[in-house]
Amino acid sequence: MELINIAIKSAFMENMVLAFFLGMCSFLAVSKTVKTAIGLGLAVIFVLGITMPINWLINHYLLTENGLFGMDLTFLRFILFIAVIASMVQLVEMVVEKVSPSLYNSLGIFLPLITVNCAIMGGSLFMISREYNLPESVAYGLGGGFGWFLAIVAFAAIREKMAYSNVPAPLRGLGIAFILTGLMGLAFMSLAGIDFTPFIAK
Amino acid sequence: MSGKEEKKPLFGPKEKRLLWDPINDNNPVTVQVLGVCSALAVTSLVYKSVVMAIAVIFVVAFSNLITSLIRNYIPSQVRMIAQLVIIATLVTIVELTLKAANYAIYKELSVFIGLIITNCIVMGRLEAFAMGNSPWRSFLDGIGNGLGYGVILIIVGIIRELFGKGTLFAGSPIQLNIIGKSNDLVHYWIDTSPGSMMSWYSNNGLLALPVSSLFLIGIIIWVQRGKNKKLVDVS
Repeated sequence: MELINIAIKSAFMENMVLAFFLGMCSFLAVSKTVKTAIGLGLAVIFVLGITMPINWLINHYLLTENGLFGMDLTFLRFILFIAVIASMVQLVEMVVEKVSPSLYNSLGIFLPLITVNCAIMGGSLFMISREYNLPESVAYGLGGGFGWFLAIVAFAAIREKMAYSNVPAPLRGLGIAFILTGLMGLAFMSLAGIDFTPFIAK
Repeated sequence: MSGKEEKKPLFGPKEKRLLWDPINDNNPVTVQVLGVCSALAVTSLVYKSVVMAIAVIFVVAFSNLITSLIRNYIPSQVRMIAQLVIIATLVTIVELTLKAANYAIYKELSVFIGLIITNCIVMGRLEAFAMGNSPWRSFLDGIGNGLGYGVILIIVGIIRELFGKGTLFAGSPIQLNIIGKSNDLVHYWIDTSPGSMMSWYSNNGLLALPVSSLFLIGIIIWVQRGKNKKLVDVS
């Protein structure tokens, strides 16, 4: 039950993009149309859902003092995490290319850029600093990925509508995108006080 | 080194442009939209922004230098992994140094030091510049881009801290208390306690929230593009 709470919390109250600003680069760059946003969002959910448990296992069984090597190897954490993430992204890229070439073409450069999407690495680092266990980290990964998906799709939909509005020329494009994200962040902040624990306990 | 290269000055106008271009015309945050992730979350205090800026300058400059030194030996299929290993190593050095030197600020920055690895500025500069240029020029390009990032971070940090908290450099040895309610323990330069001339003033709560940095960067982009017409987005 605690797991549901973690998943909901990471999707809404502690949304990766709108509360921690993780993965802003691709969030701003790949949100011009809803279709590509959905594709990238799904890829992020998938990569987060896979890399979190793998990184948890690596951290727990290889890098800590109780692990396989019996010594504190946490200084290798960054290198190993990023290697896992990079190889998983490669895998996703191959799968997407096989299954949907049109999506592969429209995602273009941004699929490999998931590697340097801060949301993936940030998820793994938050998982360590919050001391989640294995099921909790899976829930956190999937919930966080879903929150990221939700944010980028909503943002892309707003941007599509915004093509019809008359924005001052210097603010067009990037500037208004920043301000929009800020407004969305404010909206998501109103969810901050929600706590599901009493309902789940019943 | 061939004779032709030795004739070039070590720090000529071209090298100077490498340093200055990223600060305004080609700023990594406001023009290239790289490395926004961390730019937003660490700017609540100027001190945090400065530490973050120094860390990023170090990582970009040295990863550019190292990548440029070995660029001819990296097969292009595995270059991403090779670059990531270089970056991750440098970030680990920064993290451990910071942990030893100042544990309080290390705790404050928490995961954002680790996230320099996925800061797109570093990866972007390696791909766009260091893979095709000489080590010295790549090093300067790295410093320039790190500075461009740092300038935005520090501008946002100053506005957020001054108007959100009334202090500057809080947490560092040179904390300045600028504006706020003075009491027996803390003295502010501009006193806003009840009865004084500035008692109508209170800190802006919005600027203490992380979302305010999005609005501030949006406004910085607005001002910059308003002054510099060639940056305006035509689409």
